[in-house]
Amino acid sequence: MKYYWLIIAMTLVHSVNSQAAGMEDDPLLAMIKIEKLEMQDADGDEHKPLVLDASAWIGKDLHKLYIKTEVERVAGDTEEAELQLLYSRALYPFWDVQIGWRRDFDPQPERNWLALGLQGLAPYMFEVDAVLFVGESGRVGARLDAEYEYMFTQRWVLTPEIEINAYSKDDTSRGIGSGIADLSAGLRLRYEIRREFAPYIGINWNRQFSNTADITRAAGEDSSDTQLVAGIRAWF
Amino acid sequence: MNLKQLFHPQDAVCLPRRRFVQGLAMAGVYASTGLGSHSVLAAIMRQQNQNVLKGNQFDLTISEQTVNFTGVARKATAINGTVPAPILRWREGDQVTLRVTNMLPESSSIHWHGIILPSAMDGVPNIADNFKGIRPGETFTYRFPVLQSGTYWYHSHSGFQEQTGMYGAIVIDPKEPEPFSYDRDYVVMLSDWSDEDPNDIYAKLKKLSHYYNFNERTHSDLMEDIREKGLEQTWNDRAMWNEMRMSQRDLSDVTGYTYTFLMNGQTPADGWTGLFNRGEKVRLRFINGSAMSFFDVRIPGLKMTVVAADGQNVQPVSVDEFRIGVAETYDVIVEPKDDSAYALFAQAIDRSGYALGTLTPDPMLKAEVPDMDPVPDLTHADMGMGHMMHDMGNPMSMESTGSMPMKSPQTEMKCGASMNMDRSQNNMSDTGMSGTSDMDMNANLPPVNHAPTEFGPHVDMRSDSPRYRLDDPGVGLRNNGRRVLTYADLKNLRTSHDMREPDRELELHLTGNMGRYMWSINGVKFADAEPLRWKLGELIRITFVNDTMMNHPMHLHGMWSDLETGDNDYLPRKHTVVVQPGSRISYRVTVDAEGGWAYHCHLLYHMMGMFRKVEVSRG
Repeated sequence: MKYYWLIIAMTLVHSVNSQAAGMEDDPLLAMIKIEKLEMQDADGDEHKPLVLDASAWIGKDLHKLYIKTEVERVAGDTEEAELQLLYSRALYPFWDVQIGWRRDFDPQPERNWLALGLQGLAPYMFEVDAVLFVGESGRVGARLDAEYEYMFTQRWVLTPEIEINAYSKDDTSRGIGSGIADLSAGLRLRYEIRREFAPYIGINWNRQFSNTADITRAAGEDSSDTQLVAGIRAWF
Repeated sequence: MNLKQLFHPQDAVCLPRRRFVQGLAMAGVYASTGLGSHSVLAAIMRQQNQNVLKGNQFDLTISEQTVNFTGVARKATAINGTVPAPILRWREGDQVTLRVTNMLPESSSIHWHGIILPSAMDGVPNIADNFKGIRPGETFTYRFPVLQSGTYWYHSHSGFQEQTGMYGAIVIDPKEPEPFSYDRDYVVMLSDWSDEDPNDIYAKLKKLSHYYNFNERTHSDLMEDIREKGLEQTWNDRAMWNEMRMSQRDLSDVTGYTYTFLMNGQTPADGWTGLFNRGEKVRLRFINGSAMSFFDVRIPGLKMTVVAADGQNVQPVSVDEFRIGVAETYDVIVEPKDDSAYALFAQAIDRSGYALGTLTPDPMLKAEVPDMDPVPDLTHADMGMGHMMHDMGNPMSMESTGSMPMKSPQTEMKCGASMNMDRSQNNMSDTGMSGTSDMDMNANLPPVNHAPTEFGPHVDMRSDSPRYRLDDPGVGLRNNGRRVLTYADLKNLRTSHDMREPDRELELHLTGNMGRYMWSINGVKFADAEPLRWKLGELIRITFVNDTMMNHPMHLHGMWSDLETGDNDYLPRKHTVVVQPGSRISYRVTVDAEGGWAYHCHLLYHMMGMFRKVEVSRG
């Protein structure tokens, strides 16, 4: 299993946090954040995909090591899985520059990328993660993720989110075409039972474009779909 | 209260020492006459006693102690087994000896807050001369002459022990009779207790800085704003906050979500009780021994005459309410004229809770508890943006002034900038303080300069136009219809200690990044900072500029901070000065104490970064 890292990270987080004792201005801390762990349900889908979007970091105020992962499993099979290992450096009051390695495990064949990103809070309180990926044989990819937290009450939070992926080259075996590959827009409503734990429901809309959409349609699948989602958001 | 009467020392019948524990006897009387239930009385008797240690020889033991403030048993760090620690009652002119034994498994210390003493006795590990803290099992003997009188306090200066219970009051009886009279004397120690481990609190703030803030502006506030002001105005009002990525409700980092606010170690549910007889003058010695909480204190139905600030006598001023920053003390005298019970109501600055007690002639009588005020919004002035608004020629768009009628043309003409508009109401006082001092001080301010070290990922804002706001009672207290104490009201009872002009000026900027939860001075945290080096005998004028959105109570050890409140002939002496968000404030320090001293923000989770060592040496 390639998810052992999660267990290792959790153990590490626990041991790091319990050691942060006494009056140190900038203690070594660690955090695991499950942004999304959700079941997706679309009309006509026989099997409901299970999606994990999580990150973990260990570090201090200005320097951190990050692990980020996105996994999608359908009927017990991993359809998509990627892992990023990043060094994160706070360079601006609201922005961290992140550099590291991304590995796509699924779908096959596996791909490696150099990742160079900017993560932070944009004016008007948009949380943004923008990353440029440089891969083998001159592949270039880009991803933009932005979300906003609208507080209905102190505990009911509505989160609109968009994510866009783009690639410079076709990668037909992995179902990816050049150009803007896909766009997903989500709207999730969570209830923070505690800050650290919030169940949510929402709706997610995906659409593929240009070559990527063609590849998908050629395989006899829809290039666009809408799902209802339900899941949990948690961190510690 | 009749100020003249209050003010004639020759009329003063000084009973404080004798009456200090008289409440105990009172409660006993009620018990014997069969009034009320014994358990209530027993509890009140215990409270009345106030756990006082008197004399000049003290044995204090620091140890873990199980406490239960919330229904859950928790370990506290206690002194002589109690939280708060015992009240120490000293006499001015005495030499006191305090043998402090540390029975904790970790290093500890005691700092005598506001007490003028040799550096080696100041109790700050690795800052005070030759003091490394008190190791587990060791006894450290503090010995120093008591050179002052008034209300002070003491607390741990190690780790987060202050948060977990290590704080207590110091009351020093003066050599000369007090310049005011009173019949009863109570310490009112305010504090904040959390069942959480302070290390966890700090870690949570680092991970999610608004973790404890459950007073953010939400959908309903937005709808209300749009209804009242229209969409465009609402957008414009909020634009700056959105662009700066700041919350207008960033009032307290740690709130009533985790804190139980205590008055003399009693929760609001239990309620500390102080007894009085009708017509008596009651001296209340308010001390804010919190780790992180500012309180707005009032006693509905009673005027309070403030007679001392930070232990030092001031010209009496009669108020309805005062804000007490972390580590400040205020002595007030109240004179209930009837047999009613009165609530001692201390609401947290962010309105997430309150500490509560009762002042009553009859232990069975309960006072009505007022509602908390609405949660206030920070204004542009609190961001040090006074000028910007002024330039926009639209001071009425200020959130704080939105509900306020236009002020007199005079005020308008003089100030214009938002925060100064707030003054008119609060200066409708009988003190004769015109409030022009701020105006004078703000008249010829040079443009603010920010050091290169203030730029980077560790600093998220800088005030463009920080101004003196001595007569600004602060966010949440402006124009509330009550007479609220401000720093402009504070005038020394005697003439200024040091009538010289300052030899030099030192400007320090309070800086931080709220989101990353990093705090610093001039953008440099303590770990990276050189000590401030001062010469024995010099008079330094220190000006703080607050480049953050929070109030920072700045505490200088070992030397007084003579606060410039408008009249340089009567500078009040303080040990802790609250620097309001986006403001500027100045005080004078007569550098008369050799050695190493701590100089820091007294918010416990800010102080690791927002801290300097001061080294005072000869020539």
